[in-house]
Amino acid sequence: YTANMSLDVTQILLSAQSADGSIRKHAEESLKQFQEQNLPGFLLSLSSELANNEKPEESRRLAGLILKNALDAKEQHRKSELFQRWLALDSGVKAQIKALLLQTLSSPVASARSTSSQVIAKIAGIEIPQKQWPELIGSLLSNIHQVQPNVKQATLETLGYLCEEVSPEAVDQDQVNKILTAVVQGMNASEGNSEVRLAATRALYNALGFAQVNFSNDMERDYIMRVVCEATQSPEVKIRQAAFECLVAISSTYYDKLATYMQDIFNITAKAVRGDEESVALQAIEFWSSICDEEIDILDEYSSEFTADSDVPCYYFIKQALPALVPMLLETLLKQEEDQDLDEGAWNLAMAGGTCLGLVARTVGDDVVPLVMPFVEENITKPEWRQREAATYAFGSILEGPSADKLAPLVNVALNFMLSALLKDPNNHVKDTTAWTLGRIFEFLHGSALETAPVITAENCQQILTVLLQSMKDVPNVAEKACGALYFLAQGYVDAGSASPLAPFFQDIIQSLIVTSHREDAGESRLRTAAYETLNEVVRCSTEETAPIVLQLIPVIMMELHQTLEAGKLSTDEREKRSDLQGLLCGCLQVIIQKLGGMESTKFAFLQYADQMMDLFLRVFACRNATVHEEAMLAIGALAYAAGSNFAKYMAQFYQYLEMGLQNFEEYQVCAITVGVVGDLCRALEDKILPYCDGIMTQLLKDLSSNQLHRSVKPPIFSCFGDIALAIGENFEKYLIYAMPMLQSAADLSAHATAADEEMLDYTNQLRNGILEAYSGILQGFKGSPKMQLLMPYAPHILQFLDALHNGKDMDDSVMKTAIGVLGDLADTLGVHAGPLINQSTSSKEFLDECLSSDDPLVKESADWARIAITRAVSG
Amino acid sequence: KAPLTRRRPPPSKSAMAPPQHDPRRPYKRPAISDQQRRRDSALQTQSARRADAQARARSLANSLLSPQPSSPAAADQPPPSPDARGERGHDPTVADVASAAAKLRGPDQRRWFARQIMLPEWMVDAPPHLARDWHVSARPAGKRCMVVSSNGITISRLRNGTILHRFPSALPNGSKKGLSGPASSYSILDCIFHEPDETYYIVDMICWRGYSLYDCTAEFRFFWVNSKLTETSAGDPPSTYHRYRFSVVPMYESTLEGLQAAYSGSTPYVKDGLLFYNKHAHFQAGITPLTLVWKDNTCSQYLIDTDSEGQVPTEQHVVLELQEDGKLVTSDDPPIAFGSLDNEFIQKSNLRPGNLLRFSVRDESVKLVDGKMEIGQLQLAGKLNRSRTFADSHSKVLFQYAARHAPLRIEDLVAAVQSNSMEIESTDVEMQG
Repeated sequence: YTANMSLDVTQILLSAQSADGSIRKHAEESLKQFQEQNLPGFLLSLSSELANNEKPEESRRLAGLILKNALDAKEQHRKSELFQRWLALDSGVKAQIKALLLQTLSSPVASARSTSSQVIAKIAGIEIPQKQWPELIGSLLSNIHQVQPNVKQATLETLGYLCEEVSPEAVDQDQVNKILTAVVQGMNASEGNSEVRLAATRALYNALGFAQVNFSNDMERDYIMRVVCEATQSPEVKIRQAAFECLVAISSTYYDKLATYMQDIFNITAKAVRGDEESVALQAIEFWSSICDEEIDILDEYSSEFTADSDVPCYYFIKQALPALVPMLLETLLKQEEDQDLDEGAWNLAMAGGTCLGLVARTVGDDVVPLVMPFVEENITKPEWRQREAATYAFGSILEGPSADKLAPLVNVALNFMLSALLKDPNNHVKDTTAWTLGRIFEFLHGSALETAPVITAENCQQILTVLLQSMKDVPNVAEKACGALYFLAQGYVDAGSASPLAPFFQDIIQSLIVTSHREDAGESRLRTAAYETLNEVVRCSTEETAPIVLQLIPVIMMELHQTLEAGKLSTDEREKRSDLQGLLCGCLQVIIQKLGGMESTKFAFLQYADQMMDLFLRVFACRNATVHEEAMLAIGALAYAAGSNFAKYMAQFYQYLEMGLQNFEEYQVCAITVGVVGDLCRALEDKILPYCDGIMTQLLKDLSSNQLHRSVKPPIFSCFGDIALAIGENFEKYLIYAMPMLQSAADLSAHATAADEEMLDYTNQLRNGILEAYSGILQGFKGSPKMQLLMPYAPHILQFLDALHNGKDMDDSVMKTAIGVLGDLADTLGVHAGPLINQSTSSKEFLDECLSSDDPLVKESADWARIAITRAVSG
Repeated sequence: KAPLTRRRPPPSKSAMAPPQHDPRRPYKRPAISDQQRRRDSALQTQSARRADAQARARSLANSLLSPQPSSPAAADQPPPSPDARGERGHDPTVADVASAAAKLRGPDQRRWFARQIMLPEWMVDAPPHLARDWHVSARPAGKRCMVVSSNGITISRLRNGTILHRFPSALPNGSKKGLSGPASSYSILDCIFHEPDETYYIVDMICWRGYSLYDCTAEFRFFWVNSKLTETSAGDPPSTYHRYRFSVVPMYESTLEGLQAAYSGSTPYVKDGLLFYNKHAHFQAGITPLTLVWKDNTCSQYLIDTDSEGQVPTEQHVVLELQEDGKLVTSDDPPIAFGSLDNEFIQKSNLRPGNLLRFSVRDESVKLVDGKMEIGQLQLAGKLNRSRTFADSHSKVLFQYAARHAPLRIEDLVAAVQSNSMEIESTDVEMQG
């Protein structure tokens, strides 16, 4: 029977890769059926297929792929389902499958070995943390001593994947030592087989995370570093690349252990950058970029006022390497490719070198300037475009990092040259980079925050604008950079008010941006997006004087949006483009709404358009069918806040899309934004939101109980409970029996969560904040109502939660502020009824005192308020 | 060619397992997308508005120190603020001062602001429970004004509603820089502008970021001033977007120590008397007995009114308003008449109802009856120009009279405080028993 079945399986697996759609579909159906009817049999026959050297390579590969997909999935929820399903399988079946997989590692067919090693790693990823399959690593290591290089290669590959799948804590140090020994020996120059050496080098890359202990031991670390450095000199380009990849990984994982090797590493990387294949040279540059990343982080922590210290000291490797490193990077800038600016995916030596130079400038600041400026001055006027472009790029790269004092004199000299180059240079690359450099000048050396004398003055601003508006008519990639430069120019004037030198040209600027967005080639080089984003920034920096011009922009943008809705039947591709354009237009309207809705002088005139705008937003939603448009949702939130309670008239039509947004688990950003908009609506409509609350609350409660929804949406949903309660007051009564238990269990979980890492702690605090905001809103919502009695049964638990938070000692300031506020709310709403409870609570007094003496003014404010409320409740 | 990631690409695997690409650092692109900015700013605004709504819920309504209906112990609490404005017929239950003010323009707005100011009565007798129920502070010498920040500008108005300064400040929405929340949301502060150091000294807060503190007790308003001001950088020295420094006047409990600190403690400003605030009083426009001003020669250069030459006249002067029926009245509400002019004299002297007139008062013509002053004879000393908008209040006339004859001295205040503290102690004893 099994033989028959596997015969069938081969045929089905081959059919599933057939060029004929109907055959393929039929085969896929059969596989699905098989899997559903008999999972153990299905997995077993796939492993037999993979292990059987008689079978065709194609059916074996697909068998392996299906096996792998039966063990792992991207989506977290699905992934844990598959894990549980595997663990629940009959152990005899699992043992058979594992034996077949291990056996496949000796197959003469390379693709079967490789597929099998990935499946083994997946199973290891499930079982090793459960302390199952303890013999796996031992049996793999025994393979290493086999003679056949193909078995050795497959085994090293498996060890590499295994290190990727399993977390270091799940493996004993003893086994780690053995794995590392095997891997590093495989990398050694004495290993004659280059396939084996390559597999070993790639395995080390994944195994580095396991080597914490070994890297702390001088002898072992020296050995590993020597072998890695030697591998960078291998005659095989793939081995050299893999070895540099290891060096890059080491630079970020073991930065603090590198000091003694830096001189050698510099020599190795310099040689690779100057002479090796591009794929190797790129990794060599990446090593230095990665060191920059580390030092920027460390120096950031040094200067941060909170810690003023870092776990890892800075070794100033970049500062020490500077005199040799900068010339090496400058050389790479001259190796541009033709048309690299037109290719979105381009990544080459010049780009990597320039990016690294920018990081170096951020790491060392002023010290980079004298090393780069001679190169700039020498090359910027050369007849060869590569030299002019490289000089401009070098200049642009060092504008972030060094002080304004150091840069301003240089920029003052360069500005006119750049403006003229942007219009007159015959080469598009040079113009592209020039416009980008101008944008960097405006980004870093312009704006009210700057202490030095301004580089951009009312006098040269007009000339700059003329050049940029002209340049927006250039080829798309240049025009896009010109828009970007204008974006930063405008940003620098956000605070300038009516004195903004842009004011006289406001109309021209908007006109030019609209014209640019209409260009037929605006789809290239992201030009249309850049034009609208710049328009947004210009709107953001409009003033009372220029607001009327922004007001005139509304019908223009609305007309564009209207046109996108009139298009007939569209292909999938066209639909996607239309949706992108609608996003840009809704984004622009959102910015306009925020700006004009906040200005008293324009608010009335602007609200005249509210009906039309709302109508368009609803139509945008309607043409997406299944999902709502994130940008339109954001725009509606802004409109609701500006319109206030008048927004109620749109609710009947808008409600269905609100619900749709709340149901969007897949695009969790959309869901999160919709939850935020519910908050906007609560504050705008207040009790007029009541008729929609049943639906909204139902959906929010469903969201919270779902495993599929991204966890980041949960804290805002809790906060949203508070928004709703504050808006509808005692009418929240009927939701208490649903919302309170959920808040309680989330509170219990989050109070006792032991955060493994920074990210988890951050999330836990967000969750706590959301829960506390919910309590706050509910308590305040019931204030003054006789129904506040209904909250009494929940008060002890809320106080226990606050006690637990206080005892846990890992709150951040914002949680502390909200938490002490909740204590005040409890006293404020429940009054004398809360007094005895608060007196009994173990730590509320201590917690209050702690908050009262907090350095954070917001915490202190909340605490001062809570103190008054509590004093009354306790003394009353 | 295949795009390589700038961040380390993991070793390439078979086609089955596409390596996870970390996002490449943007090349020649701004690192933050405008869309992400829009998203972030929406989230930030939402959370700021949630905080505002929360704060409004906490600060508004009857929450603080008004007796709770369910509380049987309410009677033991300090007396709730007497609702003086109800008696007087004002009704600023305007929940949202900001929105009311926002609708006004020009002279209307000027008049509106003129009506918003809370005016202290002059202290001629120490009130009971001075130590328990009152705050005290050293009043800075200078121009009393209402400071309003909104829409990116800050405007200060004198008591008569005219503008003193129009300037950028670090108050909320007080300059084009750092507008947050609806730009139109008002903050309104009661200040004294002190010329020598060009500083606005805050004596009270009426509205903050669009929510009204009208219904809050003085105690709450003072804590709010202190905590809110530290949220902004309005206390910083002047800069481009912050023309004048703001500073909070230290407020003390009216105990012996507090009184001494206010009376003799050093201040960065020139003192002009002491201000007393009843802790439980809500903010109230117009003259109120729940705020009191007191002076002597030690803590004020301006104890006794001077004439236009800056000389202390030999006789006390009072400023009164002429009414339709010829009566000469104070600025109190309701007004108190000190005398009248006959029609013939009014016409002959070319006077009109509403004119403010200065009179000198002979000491011997003054009588005090049940704490009220009666003046037998008023001697017209001149007509006032239009810049002055208000007549004297009864308490001011009385205080000036007292200052010339039997002033209320600091020793009297100390005695009042001490008798008060004994009262408190005796209450304590009772409670412990």
